Amino acid sequence: MLKELINTSNFNLLVSKVSDVLVNALDQPLGYAINWGRVWSLWPVHLETACCSVEFGATSSPRYDCERFGIIEAFGSLRQCDLIVVQGTVTRKMAPRLRMVYDQMAEPKYVIAMGACSITGGLYIDSYNVLPGIDGVIPVDVYVPGCPPRPETLIQGCMLLQEKIKRSKIR
Amino acid sequence: MTTKFDSEFEKKIEETTKLGLSIAKESSEDRLMTLSVGPQHPGSGHFRFTIKVDGDYIVYCDPDPGYVHRGEEKMCEYRNFIQNIPHLERPVIHDSTNITYSYSLAVEELLGIEVPRRGQFIRAIASELNRQVYTLYWLAIYGIFLGHSTMFMWPSGDRELFIDLLTALTGARVTHAYNIPGGVRNDAPEGFKEKCLQYVNYFEKRLREYEDIFYNNPLFRQRTENVGILTKEDAINLGVTGSVLRASGVQYDIRKVEPYDIYNEIDFKVQYMKTCDSFARAYVPFLDMRESCHIIRQLLDKMPESGDVRLKLQSNPKGSSGESYKRVESGRGALGYYIISDGSPRPYRVKISVGSFRNILALPHLLIGSKLGDMPSIYWALNYWPVEADR
Amino acid sequence: MISTNHNDSAKDDKNSDSLSLKSNDNEIPFIDPNSKTENSLYLQMNSKFQNKIRLVYLKPRRMKIYVEPKNILEIANFLKTNIGFDHAESVSGTDYPEDNSIEVVYHLNSYSREEISPIILALSTKTDRDEARLPSLLPIFKSVEYHERETFEMLGVYFEGHPRNERFLLPEDWADIPPLRKDFRIKGR
Repeated sequence: MLKELINTSNFNLLVSKVSDVLVNALDQPLGYAINWGRVWSLWPVHLETACCSVEFGATSSPRYDCERFGIIEAFGSLRQCDLIVVQGTVTRKMAPRLRMVYDQMAEPKYVIAMGACSITGGLYIDSYNVLPGIDGVIPVDVYVPGCPPRPETLIQGCMLLQEKIKRSKIR
Repeated sequence: MTTKFDSEFEKKIEETTKLGLSIAKESSEDRLMTLSVGPQHPGSGHFRFTIKVDGDYIVYCDPDPGYVHRGEEKMCEYRNFIQNIPHLERPVIHDSTNITYSYSLAVEELLGIEVPRRGQFIRAIASELNRQVYTLYWLAIYGIFLGHSTMFMWPSGDRELFIDLLTALTGARVTHAYNIPGGVRNDAPEGFKEKCLQYVNYFEKRLREYEDIFYNNPLFRQRTENVGILTKEDAINLGVTGSVLRASGVQYDIRKVEPYDIYNEIDFKVQYMKTCDSFARAYVPFLDMRESCHIIRQLLDKMPESGDVRLKLQSNPKGSSGESYKRVESGRGALGYYIISDGSPRPYRVKISVGSFRNILALPHLLIGSKLGDMPSIYWALNYWPVEADR
Repeated sequence: MISTNHNDSAKDDKNSDSLSLKSNDNEIPFIDPNSKTENSLYLQMNSKFQNKIRLVYLKPRRMKIYVEPKNILEIANFLKTNIGFDHAESVSGTDYPEDNSIEVVYHLNSYSREEISPIILALSTKTDRDEARLPSLLPIFKSVEYHERETFEMLGVYFEGHPRNERFLLPEDWADIPPLRKDFRIKGR
């Protein structure tokens, strides 16, 4: 009887219906698990661009501990990091190196633009060597304003990024 | 000249041929490997230097700054004397009171004004607190470079106490914009003196613990003693400044040599060491911090109880044409401002002479001939902050 | 104590406008009678080089002398070996388009001799704006190496005798005129 039910025309339909059921059953929990893993272990690249790096260092200090969110500065290689925090002014000399660093990171990768200088050029908008924002160089996910932003502001920016990752679909 | 590798390399070829090894048959260029310790590196910060390595020994070094060059000196010519303060304090964002102190002294000489007495005391207190904050951050990063993560956590945490004091005084964590030509922006709040004394007393006890865990640590001593020797003559000829100079035996502190404001009424000793190696360059800032605690106590004692802290100026202040050069002892050395004015409210030329830029010259001199593993301890002990050197 | 000296010298300086914005060879320079060490230094220099140096101002702990480019090496050598100034604190260049000149100032100081440690001597020289060449002081003061390189790239002054007249702080693809010249305008201002 099974042989009569499953013939060549029916088989494709059966396989597609079974795969639909499987994808709907596994996609959401699997996606949730993968997102959970990404959200709680964002490792930033050690790239200090300018003066906001002092407040980034203060975020890892015992008072505003960002390690409880999983953000540890990985001092190993650049290829195992997935977050790049552009801390401060990007000059014309630094911009090609920033693009090179971004290209060398593995997918998925996220970008936080920290400080007024990396959003629009900030205080140095009329200098001859400063880029007016990093939007033209790398795609930005979260903008954290301030000059420099307080460590609590930076942690709020990271939490916004975490919300964004939780809402994204896994491909 | 920064390249010395020809004669050093020839010496090594001679030694190896004497030992009978056949390495000397290779051509000279094949043995060397060029490394670029770049702007993205946990061991260098926002500064790049190119080194050529022969095995484990460094034979050539060429610094390449300029990754944070924002054109401060050009921007100064488009703003008047008071508008220059916010962007001039950003080169050293965590020692911002000292870099604007020097600017305010130079502008006050051009305008021909004098700061009231209580204002001078508050300026000196803010400057000493900032020196502590800067040196603690420098120690924290030194801990990261050498892999000593306790030395990152302890100074970063203790630094927050002084940042709390400065927030109460000026209103911001790091970018104070507190020193302006004419004095300081506002008076200290109530209860500042008692809180300051309490924190300074706690910090002095804490410094003894730092000495135990870091400076008496046998691994740290092994990595930094007798490494990177800078003799007294070389230090004077290269024109280095700050703690690098005092670690080579020269007793030169601008607060003693040319006292500005009320430093001639304060009694303190110049801290120096004679061993000239990397350990001395790491130890002198620690001694400076201890001396700074004594200075803060004396300043708080002698400060007048009440009075003006700022001299009121016209809205676009201008003086006659002239020039002035003033310098201040900051965390990294002598910070000097050379301002030329032509009688208008904007300066004609502002030249900033920073300690970090003068200390770069010691980097090729010390790295050539030393091992690659000694590079972090030599480089960071030169007390170099790249953002300030690029201005 | 120190601030009152500043006030006196600043007020008196307004009368004798001895800034090299206008080149006044006949004007009498301002000399403060309180500064004994600086006076004796100036007399020592003047007795050896009569016409070659011109004093611009002499204030407590600061003095400035003007020297022609052809004599600067000789005078710098005298300052280092006989008087004891052993390093340069900074080297700065200023652009004066009305005079068609660029002025380069070396601020010299001494670590080894204690009596003149507080004094900063500004050694200034001038060169033409279109053909800016000056002899380099690198053989005498080793500390000016990177400062002169920065002055080359920021103002376009070529130092003869300096091994590397190259760009230092600016980006590698800088194709404009030197930024600190007055005809380089920042965009929008």
